[in-house]
Formats: sequence, C-alpha cells, structure tokens
Amino acid sequence: METFISEFGTIWGGFLATLALAAASAVLSLVWGTVLATMRVSPVGPLRSFGTAYVEIVRNTPLTLLFFFFVFVAPSLGLLVGLGFQWSLAALTLYTSAFVCEALRSGINSVGVGQAEAARSIGLTFGQTLTQIVLPQAWRTSIPPLISVLIALTKNTSVGAGFAYAELVTVQRTLMTENPADALFVFFGIALMYLVITIPLGVTAGRIEKRVAFAR
Amino acid sequence: MSSSVLYDVPGPRARRLDRILNVTFSVAFVAIAAYVVYAFAQRGVFDDRWKVLWDPPKGQTAADVWTSLAQGLGNTLLAAAIAAPIAVTLGAFVAIVRRGITRRLVTGSATVVTEFARGLPVLMLMLLARLAFGWSPLWSVVFGLVVYNAAVVAEVLRAGLTALPKGQREAGLSIGLSPMRTTLLIELPQAVRIMLPALVSQIVVLLKDTALGYIVSYPELLRKIKINRDYFGDDYVIPLFVVGATLYILINLAISRLATYVERRLRERGKGANPPEIGPAGPIPQSGVGGPPRAEGARAGDPVFGANRPVESQPMPQRYPGESDEEFQRRIGQASSQRASLRANDRTGDV
Repeated sequence: METFISEFGTIWGGFLATLALAAASAVLSLVWGTVLATMRVSPVGPLRSFGTAYVEIVRNTPLTLLFFFFVFVAPSLGLLVGLGFQWSLAALTLYTSAFVCEALRSGINSVGVGQAEAARSIGLTFGQTLTQIVLPQAWRTSIPPLISVLIALTKNTSVGAGFAYAELVTVQRTLMTENPADALFVFFGIALMYLVITIPLGVTAGRIEKRVAFAR
Repeated sequence: MSSSVLYDVPGPRARRLDRILNVTFSVAFVAIAAYVVYAFAQRGVFDDRWKVLWDPPKGQTAADVWTSLAQGLGNTLLAAAIAAPIAVTLGAFVAIVRRGITRRLVTGSATVVTEFARGLPVLMLMLLARLAFGWSPLWSVVFGLVVYNAAVVAEVLRAGLTALPKGQREAGLSIGLSPMRTTLLIELPQAVRIMLPALVSQIVVLLKDTALGYIVSYPELLRKIKINRDYFGDDYVIPLFVVGATLYILINLAISRLATYVERRLRERGKGANPPEIGPAGPIPQSGVGGPPRAEGARAGDPVFGANRPVESQPMPQRYPGESDEEFQRRIGQASSQRASLRANDRTGDV
C-alpha cells in the first residue's frame, strides 16, 4: 500500500504513457483499418487479395512477434523505427488495424441489401454507394465491436513493456521487483488503472449497442 | 462474393474499367514488391546469412540450430497444451456455477471475477505470478493464460447458455431436475455445441499469447530465436525470424481453418438451437469469438447454423400494451446485453 502511494507519481506517468500509446495507435489503426476494409469490399481484385492476405496473416501472428520484428529485424532491412514509443506504435497499429478492418467489414455486411441496391438503382457509383450510403450505416453498427477492439488495444499496449517502452506494466515490473512485500498492492493498484480505461469503454459499448439494436 | 451487392454486374464499360484497374494495381503491387526485394538485396538480405539454417558459423551444426528452435516450439506448444484444458475446465465450471446456482452472491462474485480477469493484460497476470508468487517462467505463463482464457471461455459459454430457448430449461425443471442438473444435462451440451467454433478460435488466441512468455523469459520459440540471434550476431536474425514467423502463422492458420470447418459442419447439419446473436448486426458476424472471417459475410437474416432463420423470423421488438418504458427496455435488453460478452477476443485482437 505504502509503495503504491509513495510511487504514485511513477504510476501516473505509466498511466499517461499507456494512454498516449493507446490513443495514438487507435487513431492510426482506425484510419488504416478503414482503408483495408474498403480494399476488402472493393471491386478491384488485387486490392481485395491484398486486404484478405494482410488480415489473414496479421490475425494469426502474435503481437509480440510484430514488436520483435520492429525492434530486431527491421533495422537489418534498412527500416529504422524510433525507440520505444515509435516501434510500439508501429507494431500496435499494424496489428490492430486488421481487427478494425474485420469489425468494419462485418458492419458493412450488416447493412441491408436493399440499401446498396437502392443506391445503385438511382445511379450512384461504387464509391458513392460506399461512402454516402453504406459506410455511414456500417459505422454505427460497427461502433460496439470497434470499442471492443479499442479495449483490447489498451491492454495490448502492455507488450511495449517487453520492448523498452515505459508504460504501466513496466512500472508494475519495476515496483514489484523493488518492493516484493508490497507486490500484491502494486498489482491491484495498476489493475485499477487499466480498469479505469477499459470499464467506461465497455459500458459505452453496451449502451450504444442497445441503442443501435433499437434503431434497426 | 459477400459484397457484390455494392456494385452491379459489370457491363462492357465497367468490365473494361475493371480490367484496367486490375492491371494497374497488379502492376503497382508487383513494382512495389520488386522494389522491396531490390532494396533488400542492396542491403545484403539475400547473401550467405541464410546459411545459418543449414551450415551455421561459429562451429555450430545445423542440427544445433534446429534443435534449439524445435525446443522453443515444443515449449510454446507445451505451455498452450497445459493451459488450454485447465482454462476450458475452469471456464466451464464458472459458467455452470453462474447458471446453476441462483444465489445472488455466487453469480455476483463470479461476474466480478470474470470481468476483472478479462479486463487486464495477460502480461500483467504473468508478471504477477513471476514476481509476486515467484513461480517458474513456465507456470507464470500458464497462470496468465489460464486466468485470462478461463474468464473468456466462461463468457462464451454463458452467452451460449443464454441463447438457448427458454423451453429447454423449463422442460428440465418441469421433469423434476434441479437447476444444476438442468444446466449440466440439458443446457451445457447444447451451449458447447453452438459455441464450439468460438471455443476453437480461442485456442488461437491462447497460442498467440504464449509468445508473451518471451517477456517473462520463458524459453519459447521467440525467446529461442532471440538467443540464437544473440549468439550468431544481428546479421542472422532475418532467416531465424522468417522461420519463427512461418511456424506461428502456419499453426494458427491451421487452427483457424479448423474453427471454420467446425462452423460449416454445424451450419450444414443445421438443427438444434440458434446461436446467440452477437453484435447489433443480428446473427453472428463471424464465427463467434474470433473465428476467421466467413467467406459469406453476415447479413441480417443470414442463417448461421441452420437454414431455418429467415429475416422475417426476427421481428422488431414490440411493446406490450401497458408496458412501461423500463420494462420494455429490460425485456429487449435481455437479449442484447448478452451479446457484449461474445465480443471477446480474437475478433478484437486481444493479446
């Protein structure tokens, strides 16, 4: 307990680092995930294949492996990614965007067939159909699963602890090693920090889901 | 093609455009790939560093390298093989307790524990076992995997249980079975059956998570690659990494395919209870928790496990006469509040 209070400054720093990494990669993976989802439903064969291959490979790769890639492998390929924050950001974004893509794609598939048919029948092109009719509706149904993706992302930032990014789990490891007697308190204290982020997100997801379910 | 509804059957002009776009993007991709290969070659990626796989330097033999990688793979599989059965058993136990024992205190505390375990990074749990309990790396990894995945399995099964038609439980109780026996004998077998694809996909998540053992210095595949790289030097990391990544992806792809296969089998046989709806989209958007994406996307009314579920059979919720807003919410919410639990992991990319 004592450690938790006396070291609260450190823990707060870790919390902010976790939050910063989660927020930054959330934005980037939403963007890249949307691009991927568009590719996966587009009429152009090569783009579809690329999207499918990307998602299939990334979904079946451990996140730790992606971190490992950016830290140890990328430099020998001439791909220099900055220390800590930047390679964590790169790995998390590449990883999370595959799941964002899938959440969006299932949202797109959930939009009634009639919507796209109606759009086409009044002469809208593929691009117009997608951006003006289907995607706005897909977004809405995709929000709860997307929030789940963001919750997972928040927890996944912890992998950065193994690769020189000082966030909450790094702090946990340091404090636990230095104060073995207080280890459990440290654990529950840091657990609380994660729950502070994830529980509100989860509650929001539940609310939105109920509301969207109604609208349909 | 699931999304063919987004565009018309192409006419002559669209076909020409399609061909042009196809060629353009194919050429672009090939060009990018060629450039990448060229850039790699410039940096000597394709030089004799690959010899580490068959004729390694520093007086080592290829057998040494491959033995150490095989040991790593063995440890990865070992941790998963220990953790998976325990997690499933524990998860099933929690789900049964929550369903079969209708004491508030029991169900309440089970909910709190599962939510807590699900809301934490697996790595945090592993470090707890490693540093606070002082467990060995293997058991720390197993601990993290078990706690987290048990909570997810419990949630998956709970969603399966709540998705069963109410009549199943009523029938069990009316022939005199206790709530616990009703759950065990009547509900659980059906719930396991409809959630089987989700459960199989959860194995992929579990297997992927073993790679976190790298951070708590459990000598699994990734750690072994690192050890080899440290020994042979940074130049040799690429071939070693390629071997490791291929192994991970192949194994996980195989399990993902198994989940798809199980799902298709269930869908073809098609009888039995409907799977729970997850997501506002209606029927399961993908194969439950984290299965591979279905070739045919989920569309409202897409029958998931049976052909007996047309759109018309899912009426909009209607308010009963005299029902208050809150009662209505509660009645409707019962169905949708269960969905949240299914949005567990692989679909979200939880490590």
